Amino acid sequence: MISWQKLNLGATITEPGNARQFLTGDWRTQRPVLDKDACIRCGRCWVYCPEAAYKEDGDGYFSCDLNYCKGCGICAQECPVGAITMVLEE
Amino acid sequence: MAVAKDFSGFKARELPKGEYFSPGHRACQGCGGALAIRLILKAIGNRVIIASATGCMEIISSPFPQTAWEVPWIHVAFENAAAVASGVEAALKALMRKGKLKKEKIFVLAIAGDGGTADIGLQALSGALERGHDFVYVCIDNEAYMNTGIQRSSSTPFGARTTTSPAGKKSIGQMTNKKNVAEIAVAHHIPYVATVCPSHYIDLMNKAKKAALISGPAYIHCLSPCPTGWRCAPNLSIEIGRLAVETGVFPLYEVINGKYKIQYPHRRLKPVREYLQLQGRFRHLTDEYIELIQKKVNEEMARLRAMEKFGSFYETVMANL
Repeated sequence: MISWQKLNLGATITEPGNARQFLTGDWRTQRPVLDKDACIRCGRCWVYCPEAAYKEDGDGYFSCDLNYCKGCGICAQECPVGAITMVLEE
Repeated sequence: MAVAKDFSGFKARELPKGEYFSPGHRACQGCGGALAIRLILKAIGNRVIIASATGCMEIISSPFPQTAWEVPWIHVAFENAAAVASGVEAALKALMRKGKLKKEKIFVLAIAGDGGTADIGLQALSGALERGHDFVYVCIDNEAYMNTGIQRSSSTPFGARTTTSPAGKKSIGQMTNKKNVAEIAVAHHIPYVATVCPSHYIDLMNKAKKAALISGPAYIHCLSPCPTGWRCAPNLSIEIGRLAVETGVFPLYEVINGKYKIQYPHRRLKPVREYLQLQGRFRHLTDEYIELIQKKVNEEMARLRAMEKFGSFYETVMANL
């Protein structure tokens, strides 16, 4: 908790994008699993992810950061080759 | 034409990598609005100042003491996003004229929901468009007041069930038609008006970039599918956005200096039932109401196509004056 004496004037937040500290991954009930053999590296999952949880790794594949993935399943729905499947979290 | 000539559109393989709307925001699963903002910021870049009215996109992005924005952002009251954005633009202009700021192009963006645009902020929007400030106004239209619990707004479509327009024996849900704010913006004779949907992401990014590069006010109307309020599965939100475009419920067009151009749908319209049946808010509609909605959609598309034809006719007439 921050006490009110330590607040900035006008309660401004000076650190950009510090919502990253809040991990939304625990909202998830199902998680995306990528089949790399079927993936054509088109990047639709990265484009359509509302959380910006997908990141491009070195080989051109896109991997999901499960710290932030809320498990909405848009990536699995929009994948043109069906390389992503949603698996229930245990 | 005022559209910057050196911009020829984004390519699917070379989209900008920068993320200026960070993960960790509190949007519901499958939120179309968060995706739209992420793509708009990706297109415009980080030299931008944003004024955001109260609404879903403000609530989810700035739970104190955190913020999901990586660009300067100010939260303003429900009705004055356009007024604050015009103040920011005027201040930037004055500071640059006096030499207190380095002269460079800083985009000013106002973001509001459909309630903050069509209902509460309409006068501020109209005033800002009329004064001709160089800014972009983005309306994230999820067709009701979603963050307070799905109350109807004037942007709710005919037949939709919300908590303040419930469906039952004596009511079919929302009884009035959706207010067409894009047409209201066109009536101000501003240089650029466009409608976008995150399902067509390249189109969305191109239009956002064009709107920012243009000098003078620009208005972007963005349909943002809302799984919570539209009562659909979160993984279908992009699919529903795509169907809204392909059935003609939400056609994507741009109006550059009064001249219409329709981008989507460019093929035959799909039946509107395909769009309605995926959403719980339209579940109570009977066949006769679906026919009625289909008729309205056909009329609106015919009107838009006529306007598009009229544009080229108008141009030749004006050229031969």
